[in-house]
Amino acid sequence: MRYIRGFREGAAAAALKALIAAEVDPQREYHLMEFCGGHTHAIFRYGVEDLLPDNVRLVHGPGCPVCVLAVSRLDAAIELASRKDVTLVSYGDMLRVPASRRKSLLKARAQGADVRMAYSALEALTIAAAHPDRQVVFFAIGFETTTPATAHLILEAQRLGLRNFSVYCNHVVTPAAIQSILDSPEVREWGRVRVDGFIGPSHVSAVIGSRPYEYFAEEYQRPVVIAGFEPLDVMQAIRMLVRQLNEGRACVENQFTRGVSRDGNVKAQRLVAEVLELRRSVEWRGLGELPYSGLGIKAAYGEFDAERRFAIEVRAVAENAACQCPAIIRGVKKPTDCALFDTACTPRDPIGSCMVSAEGACAAYYKYRRGTLRAAG
Amino acid sequence: MCLAVPARVVALLGDQWVETEVGGIRSRVSVALLDEVVLGDYLIVHAGFAITRLDVEEAEKSLALFDEIAARLGTTDALHPRLP
Repeated sequence: MRYIRGFREGAAAAALKALIAAEVDPQREYHLMEFCGGHTHAIFRYGVEDLLPDNVRLVHGPGCPVCVLAVSRLDAAIELASRKDVTLVSYGDMLRVPASRRKSLLKARAQGADVRMAYSALEALTIAAAHPDRQVVFFAIGFETTTPATAHLILEAQRLGLRNFSVYCNHVVTPAAIQSILDSPEVREWGRVRVDGFIGPSHVSAVIGSRPYEYFAEEYQRPVVIAGFEPLDVMQAIRMLVRQLNEGRACVENQFTRGVSRDGNVKAQRLVAEVLELRRSVEWRGLGELPYSGLGIKAAYGEFDAERRFAIEVRAVAENAACQCPAIIRGVKKPTDCALFDTACTPRDPIGSCMVSAEGACAAYYKYRRGTLRAAG
Repeated sequence: MCLAVPARVVALLGDQWVETEVGGIRSRVSVALLDEVVLGDYLIVHAGFAITRLDVEEAEKSLALFDEIAARLGTTDALHPRLP
């Protein structure tokens, strides 16, 4: 427990609060984006924003894996799950995400589709081995943290000769998403979103290392500090970003030295490179079509590709116009700017993806901030 | 999916599986993404897979730094986790 509680010590947080307050320049503002939903959650749970000076603002980024999946691809997964011969397996959060016309995988299950929830991707292989008469499809989603598991799954399926198993691959890559935010008109032209620096993700970086961030720290002149998930980690990273901005530097620094190296997990990267490849373009919820931002299955492993096996068609859909998830994912709006927040849209009956996952900004606001919002409002 | 804490390896189960423990809770974890894992290693686990080994030496350095600034400046307890 030392490596958990030690990073939640209140006295050290008080000290970091004092250090940050002493180091910020009162003449300027610091807009820092935490990319990862895990950080959003830690920031709200521990009230980190309350420990920061008023001119240090946190902007919530798009790093919630189920939030950024395009509705069109979720629709395709629901259509697949509705086939009589298919058992669809995915991570728990994914099942509740609303698709077109407020359908979801969970509602499809209630209507008779065989949809299973898995904690580990490997459970999908166990199900496939136990039910040779069923077509078992793993609905793979997420950033670089879950991608190596999917690659491993495909290699295992090949080794075990599981002919009734395939993967609907929807993995996306983090650096492309960060770059798209920096390239977005809101940041570049309209000046509506200001991002001076990034708190880099913990687990994604454990896999890919700190090297991939070096390009845009340099190219876009924005500092990146990779931070651990605990509140002291986040505060220390904020202090490091404030220092870089004060000194006019834009480098990649690593606060999470206990989990992240410059090279990352090379074995996991090799597995991914063996089985998966970049797609030319991928649609993201909230960010639109982004070039080379997601992964598909290589032709050599095509027999395990559900898109080939079932000739999956992805059809364009219109989002619910009132739902502000796309703008919230880009950091342009806050959950409380959305008329549906805590009215029509709640964690019990979500309309937008940001309200579903524990890592979504709306869910974090609802869980930890609702009481204070009401008291204030 | 991302909300994880370091888990200590308490048993090697063979064939790329280990048993881990956090605060008395034991789990079966795949170590297929790591090179050799030994008893007592701390692993960062994500959706059933260990994605990296915790560098204990670096963790101790970070904790020592926090202890040092807390001793120098920390007068009160600033963290009050909100319970959902």
